Amino acid sequence: MGEMEELRKEMENLKDQITAARKTFQDTTLQEAASGVTVVGRVQLKTRKTLRGHLAKIYAMHWGTDSTLCVSASQDGKLIVWDSITTNKVNAIPLKSSWVMTCAYAPSGNLVACGGLDNMCSIYNLKGKDGNVKVMRELAAHTGYLSCCRFLSDTEIITSSGDCTCVLWDIETGTEKMVFAGHQGDCMSLGVSPDFKFFISGACDFTAKLWDIREAQCRQTFSGHESDINAIGFFPNGNAVITGSDDATCKLYDLRADQELITYQDSSIMCGVTSLAASKSGRLLLAGHDDFNVNIWDMLKSERVGVLAGHDNRVSCIGVSSDGMACCTGSWDSFLKIWN
Amino acid sequence: MTIRTARPDRVQHFRPRMHCLKKLEAMMVEMQSGVKGSEQKLNVTTIPHVITGKDIIAWITNKMKSTTEESQAFGTMLVAYGYIYPLENHKKLVMCNDTSLYRFQTPYFWPTQKWVAEDSDYAIYLAKRNIRKKGMLEPYEQAHYNHLHEWLNHKWDFIVMQATEQYKAGKERKKPDRVVFDCQERAYWIVNKPPRHTHSAMDCGPERLIDPNSDEKITFDTYRRMNLFYQQAIMRSKVKSSVSLGALVKYITTYKNHDPFLAPCLPSNPWHTDNDTYWTMNMRQVEVPTKMRVERWSFSLFELLSDLRGRDDFKIFLKKEFSGENMAFWEAAEELKWGTASSMTSKAETIFKTFLAPGAPRWINIDGRTMGLTVKGLDHPHRYVLEAAQTHVFLLMKKDTFFRYLKSPVYKEIQKKALNPEPHNFSPAQLEQNAQNRSPGIHPIILWQQDESEKAKAAIASAPVDVKAMMSKIDRK
Repeated sequence: MGEMEELRKEMENLKDQITAARKTFQDTTLQEAASGVTVVGRVQLKTRKTLRGHLAKIYAMHWGTDSTLCVSASQDGKLIVWDSITTNKVNAIPLKSSWVMTCAYAPSGNLVACGGLDNMCSIYNLKGKDGNVKVMRELAAHTGYLSCCRFLSDTEIITSSGDCTCVLWDIETGTEKMVFAGHQGDCMSLGVSPDFKFFISGACDFTAKLWDIREAQCRQTFSGHESDINAIGFFPNGNAVITGSDDATCKLYDLRADQELITYQDSSIMCGVTSLAASKSGRLLLAGHDDFNVNIWDMLKSERVGVLAGHDNRVSCIGVSSDGMACCTGSWDSFLKIWN
Repeated sequence: MTIRTARPDRVQHFRPRMHCLKKLEAMMVEMQSGVKGSEQKLNVTTIPHVITGKDIIAWITNKMKSTTEESQAFGTMLVAYGYIYPLENHKKLVMCNDTSLYRFQTPYFWPTQKWVAEDSDYAIYLAKRNIRKKGMLEPYEQAHYNHLHEWLNHKWDFIVMQATEQYKAGKERKKPDRVVFDCQERAYWIVNKPPRHTHSAMDCGPERLIDPNSDEKITFDTYRRMNLFYQQAIMRSKVKSSVSLGALVKYITTYKNHDPFLAPCLPSNPWHTDNDTYWTMNMRQVEVPTKMRVERWSFSLFELLSDLRGRDDFKIFLKKEFSGENMAFWEAAEELKWGTASSMTSKAETIFKTFLAPGAPRWINIDGRTMGLTVKGLDHPHRYVLEAAQTHVFLLMKKDTFFRYLKSPVYKEIQKKALNPEPHNFSPAQLEQNAQNRSPGIHPIILWQQDESEKAKAAIASAPVDVKAMMSKIDRK
């Protein structure tokens, strides 16, 4: 037992060293750094379109890389691809398992993926030969529910699961290429960096981890949240990570400084964050909460500059289109709204 | 329905969201001492500690320093979670900013309690109400009751016994206490088993698989791994926060005018005016790009290469400088990285012959070590075999060629030619017309055809020149 004690003491020592090192690297605060930047003022976004068609709670949505197509998944067992500007449904794909929790659109626009309590990620080919949308692959190896999935290309996809691991799959062969294990709690969400070399995952052990896709290693771990991390995303320049948690705060972590830079919190917000998205320049952070609203934060001044209120139930997913023109929110009230 | 996860049976359910509710509890405790209650007559009995909606909202506004609308929304949330319940109109879980009457729910029924609202408890509650007065159940409650009677049939004697006991105990209480307890219980079940077609705030999605309260047993191995990880963390080179924050600020300021949420876009935002000109002007294949787009190319090499039109322009510049092989190698490496597994060996071979072999027609100039590693890796090609060489080439382009491009006549020319469209100024009548005449956009088949023809042209242009064929052609002439 003496060895265990020694190891524990060493660990505490190392943790203290890390905290001290981080303090010495904190040579300025956000207020000073952002003092020269002009204030954004109140941001008012209006609902431009409402996408109606789902019959039950919408759990996830994802924009395609073209400006107007997006896919949404709902627990009525349907995956719908919308042309958001005309509000037409381009594809309505019936699912084998209606307990879907996530969906993703491939960057090429050819594939969509979804998964949920069936522990599998199903890939559908939208550009099939005879025009029908069929299941192309069913990726099954997880022992827990699928919480999030994101395409790297038409041949690779990363999934995160309730069994505490993330997996990189080869779609052509339908097999696992790499398993990223290390979290101590259910992985709830993941985000891929703009250059597709790294991805981050947020989990119920209150930490976010940065993984190197090539080497299947955890590069960095970010802690500081007091409750499950529900949503995670990269800052547009790829050097910082934004996380949203059940403790009703969002935090910005910088990858190169290896620490938390900013916390976005307000005593009047008590409901957990369910989803988040950053605007194209990174100035605005849109966070969807359990209290049916979306809060808009000014990332530099750390102030709330707007609220999107319009849903009748929890906002479960939010996304900003690739050209940054519109943001789409999906809610448990079965509607998707496009704001601008 | 296929739920494949084998959930271990734990009595404590791992509901998400409990953390926020603990904050609400703290606020509720404060509120109970802060808001004044009074006695109110309801039917015949006098109920103590009744508060009005107005008082609650005023207290919240004062405490949280927010607007009345926000306080009202917050109050509705408290009612929806069951911390406060309405006395009249008990099925509608909203907080009204008037003299409607509310009461604080007893902590026994708060949502954060360790036990979850079980079906058997609900069955006991419904049975008790049935005993008291037959036919008192609402239709949705009756439907629940029938359903529970069916599938809890094995326990039904126990349920009826419990219900009778509780009913008898209730009769022995004093009337006001009984009425209060009935109200509390009723409110609790309205929150947890809501009537049909109403939203329930208690909905929180699937439970977590991992027990958040369990103490992990840290073994010897785990300690060693963690120490190794912390040591690596210490040795990792860190950047000062001023640098990181500075970089964030710089990025945000650079892109400020390009963020459609913050700055208007020219000619007009298609979401506002239903006019597609913005998207047609910024398409992949456009002859003359817009000024904003050309400006974005100057932000970073990554931005320039991600925009395919920018890449084309960059390639024109490189052709003039006779240094196109770096760009061609980078593109070929990208194709290898994201291509299908079956094509990998053939692509790797072509790349080797074209770029890396000594005396290759488009030989790239990289340092000896990287070249050695890459050539060795090409014996067993995999997706990331060219990663090192690709990064090296990218850095070369970034540090040297990119800046020369920005100062070159090619870039300056495209800057001059770039379009700066006039902002649209639609009258309301025109806006309506726009909405009706919205074009369906360019058919994806046409876009695909354009893509294919472009790929074919690029393939022909980059194929190594077959010297023998050339010579024989010349000979024949």
